[in-house]
Amino acid sequence: MDSLIVHLLNALLYASVMFLIAGGLSLIYGVMRIVNLAHGNLYAFGAYVTAWAVGRVLGGATEASPWLYALLPVGALAAAALGAVLEPTLLRPLYRRAEEYQLLITFGLLLILEDLMRLLWGPYPLQVSALYEGMGSLTIDESIYPTYNLAVIVIGGVAAAALWAFVYRTQFGVVLRATSQNMRMASALGVNVNRVYVQAFTLGCFMAGLGGAVIVPQQGAVLGMGVDALILAFVVVVIGGLGSLEGALIGALMVGVVREAGITFFPEIELAVLYLMAAVVLLIRPAGILGRA
Amino acid sequence: MSPLTARPRRVLAWSAPVLLGLVALPYVVPPYQTVLLTYGLVFAIAALGFNLLLGYTGLLSFGHSAYFGMGAYAVAFAVKYLKAESMEVFLLGGIVASGAVAALFGLLCVRYTKIFFGILTMALSQVLWSLAFKFFWVTGGSDGLRVPTPTLLGGSVRAGGDKFDFLSHRYYFYVLAVFVVGAAVMWVIVHSPFGKALQAIRDNETRAEFVGVQVWHYRWVAFLISGVFTGVAGALWVPLNGLTTPDILHWTFSGKMVFFTVLGGFQTFFGPVIGAIIYNYLETYAVGHTVYWQMVLGIVLVVMVLALPAGIVGTLKRLAPRVAKAT
Repeated sequence: MDSLIVHLLNALLYASVMFLIAGGLSLIYGVMRIVNLAHGNLYAFGAYVTAWAVGRVLGGATEASPWLYALLPVGALAAAALGAVLEPTLLRPLYRRAEEYQLLITFGLLLILEDLMRLLWGPYPLQVSALYEGMGSLTIDESIYPTYNLAVIVIGGVAAAALWAFVYRTQFGVVLRATSQNMRMASALGVNVNRVYVQAFTLGCFMAGLGGAVIVPQQGAVLGMGVDALILAFVVVVIGGLGSLEGALIGALMVGVVREAGITFFPEIELAVLYLMAAVVLLIRPAGILGRA
Repeated sequence: MSPLTARPRRVLAWSAPVLLGLVALPYVVPPYQTVLLTYGLVFAIAALGFNLLLGYTGLLSFGHSAYFGMGAYAVAFAVKYLKAESMEVFLLGGIVASGAVAALFGLLCVRYTKIFFGILTMALSQVLWSLAFKFFWVTGGSDGLRVPTPTLLGGSVRAGGDKFDFLSHRYYFYVLAVFVVGAAVMWVIVHSPFGKALQAIRDNETRAEFVGVQVWHYRWVAFLISGVFTGVAGALWVPLNGLTTPDILHWTFSGKMVFFTVLGGFQTFFGPVIGAIIYNYLETYAVGHTVYWQMVLGIVLVVMVLALPAGIVGTLKRLAPRVAKAT
């Protein structure tokens, strides 16, 4: 039996990554009222780009020099750039249409991005475990725990704090929230809604890409990771409330804890329990724990 | 372009020759083409059911893989535990299993609309997927369960030696017959007062409630019928495929159902049917020609949504009067 603190750290690690993905999904929905089914693929894209970039710089060497960690954000920036291209070209023509079409076009995008990654990086997983091992490990309560996992938890925490400050303490955040609450009114007051939309979408994609970039040294980049992550991100935002960042944080923590407990105590029904949690929350509070009705 | 404008006599006038052509087909084209069309017809049955919710009730389900999968797994379990081999028993099992799950899930889902309905149906279908995936000692996990060739019509028609010949002739006619019956039943349903009530709910829920339509109850019945149609398709699909795996329970399979319904045009009765058949060809040829078949399908979907949102049949219907005027 591992100690409780290791389990808690694992739950936190998982929650950090889930928050980065689900927070982006929720931000995009909150501002643009679009459920982006391709969001998980942007997370995977971030993971692949980071893995590829680090792999290229690393070459055949197995020893990671410390400054290689500076390459981690490359995946996040690539995902953000991809988002900044996708929103004006594919999503903008659809805002006036029924939401079925918005869901469908992001589903089409999911199919395209999935194969784009296969095309660019081949069917085999990309590993950059040098970064993961390069940090070594430390001893917690007589168990050995990888230092890199702690770094991911810290990055998740810092990202949550930075995002909160960004949304609630800056001029841009005010515009973002205003557009989210009432797009027409914001537009009438002189806000360039198109610009806010592309910025929000880019920011959401940046978070997803960052999630992929920080987890890739530990897990590697594989095809299909985006589709799996998307459905769990759905569970997170449904529990917390679609469109709410605080909700995404709470949802990610709950999913992290339940998943860690599930892997330890009830591995067969771990996923089923997560989906059932989402279904139960939807039934009791359709808008989620912190969502606006 | 509402489904209301279709006239029964006109539909019969063009569907009779089409039907004759479909009956003659196995004697004209190679068996492989017939089997391919059988797959298309199976998906068309699912599309008929799916569109009762999307096109007529205005509910976008992203969890219809659950009912297709329940139909398929019910058949696999009937083979594994009850040693069943009759297609009629398979169909009955598929109807009961998918109906039971649709009745339960529908009860939970009909209170919601729009994106919440979509996510709730998706979450519930993923519960079934994860169970099928993880309980491998019951479901075979990702290896799935094998299903042998069934006997048709109470054991009077048997597979014999050549399985492919059986699938491309006797089984094809069987699926075609089920499809025709299913399409006729669905036609009656959407043109009945019940179907009109569903369309009223789709167009204006508040007003429908105001004139006395019990919205949740009607939606639940529509959900149930839709699930059973999809379950029948699942049950017909397994003997064709010979194997059922958790893939057909995964939400991306639900996405495919949405895809072919929109490809054909969900605002028409026969649009989803055409969409399902065309989608099946599209996927088969894309898979056959490139490993990047998902990208091909994705690009088709994106172009469809941007350029032809009414779907193939919807666009043709819109163009037909103009062409007639021009000539």
